[in-house]
Amino acid sequence: MKVQIGPERCQGHGRCYDLAPGLFGDDEEGYGRVLGDGTVPPGKEHDARLAALNCPEHAIDLIEEA
Amino acid sequence: MAADDRFTEDFRELREEEVIGTRSEVVSGPISDWATDFSHVEPEWAADPYPIQDDLRQRCPIAHTRRFGGAWLPVRYEDVAAIAYDTDRFSSLSIILSNFRPPRELAPIGGSPPISSDPPFHHDARKLLLPAFTKGEIAKQEPGTRRFCHSLIDTLGEQEVVDVARDYAQHIPVRVIADMLGFPPEDGPRFRVFVEDLLEGVNLPPDERIARVSRLFDYLLDQVHDHLADPREDLTSYLLSAELYGQKLSADHVVGAMALLLIAGIDTTWSAIGASLWHLAKTPGDRERLVAEPGLLPTAIEEFLRAYAPVTMARLVKEDMHWHGVDMKADDWILLSFPAANRDPVQFDRAGEVVIDRAVNRHAAFGLGIHRCLGSHLARMELRVALEVWLQRVPEFTLADPSAVTWAAGQIRGPRKLPLRVR
Repeated sequence: MKVQIGPERCQGHGRCYDLAPGLFGDDEEGYGRVLGDGTVPPGKEHDARLAALNCPEHAIDLIEEA
Repeated sequence: MAADDRFTEDFRELREEEVIGTRSEVVSGPISDWATDFSHVEPEWAADPYPIQDDLRQRCPIAHTRRFGGAWLPVRYEDVAAIAYDTDRFSSLSIILSNFRPPRELAPIGGSPPISSDPPFHHDARKLLLPAFTKGEIAKQEPGTRRFCHSLIDTLGEQEVVDVARDYAQHIPVRVIADMLGFPPEDGPRFRVFVEDLLEGVNLPPDERIARVSRLFDYLLDQVHDHLADPREDLTSYLLSAELYGQKLSADHVVGAMALLLIAGIDTTWSAIGASLWHLAKTPGDRERLVAEPGLLPTAIEEFLRAYAPVTMARLVKEDMHWHGVDMKADDWILLSFPAANRDPVQFDRAGEVVIDRAVNRHAAFGLGIHRCLGSHLARMELRVALEVWLQRVPEFTLADPSAVTWAAGQIRGPRKLPLRVR
């Protein structure tokens, strides 16, 4: 699984880096950013889903790998 | 240092020109039908707006009123979100609904940038402020906020009944924002008056409202001169030296942004802290669970923000149009009720209940789209620290007298009298 943020949708609510600080951080203006290449380590899938489901702007995409 | 020629007497005269706008007749008194004659400043709405919103959602769902010169009230999440995202058709030039519409010439800055600005100017004005309000910057305020919360509880002494709205919740955001702006902490009681003037005096005759609001700008101008004479590391000095498009900010921009930062963070967070404590005082099961499981508090806070969202915004319709089934006219107000959106059962399961372990909570308490509350990280920090300290120091409390609780009317809703029995 990978996570992505749609930068045109993100408004800096910060729910992703509150709920899944191992997967997301923020930039100098508070917008969310994906840490590393967005690959979700094993066991962190729940955190990734929680972050996506709590984003008020629907800015987080989960990409499930086959 | 040389005088800053932005802040001379001419500036005051310029601000006075802003009072040329459109005034509407003040209408108050009982509501005949909430679908056709709503008013968010009437006592029935202040006391409990949720049944009214639920009823409108069933039968309307966009209510209208001829009060305030004409206004619309959408109550479905879908409509509130669509308006928040549609900055082409809905302007933020005035975000507090009253009987006075500012002249369109105030654009793009508006009275309190960047919340009163539309794109494209909005983006650049907001960018100036974002770095000061990131989660990391706000974390620097946390130790002082925590100490201050403890000191407030220390002063409560041995009283059996405490008005937690007046003696606890209200002081916390006032202290933090005064510190960030570099205003004297002892001026806190004056800020309370400014907040009342701006946010609760909305149905006063326009000239009286304008006179009251000018007291805030007189105060801010004093702070500007103090900071010009003695620059320091705070948001006021930052705004005074900030540049946009290669020039220092205009006087209107500096003072308007100061007004926004001072006012927007006070009533709102005060309301959120108060509403959360009100809920816990009347819901012993939730209170006991949070005392036993402090780790649940961040999740519970999101639920308090959803269920008791304190902030409703306003927009102005730009041009006549047919929109989602109604005929809107240019300069009609929109009352953009994030609280109503947050209780839409289409968007939320058990929308009318407070579920403190709700794991998925895509609420709109801090708005949606480009105007996401600039201070949301600050508000969340203050709310969390205020509740952590309260629950740690005063784990047992109940409503002393449910009928004595009063709620602010207008666009910011929260308890203004909240007597709790604490021992």
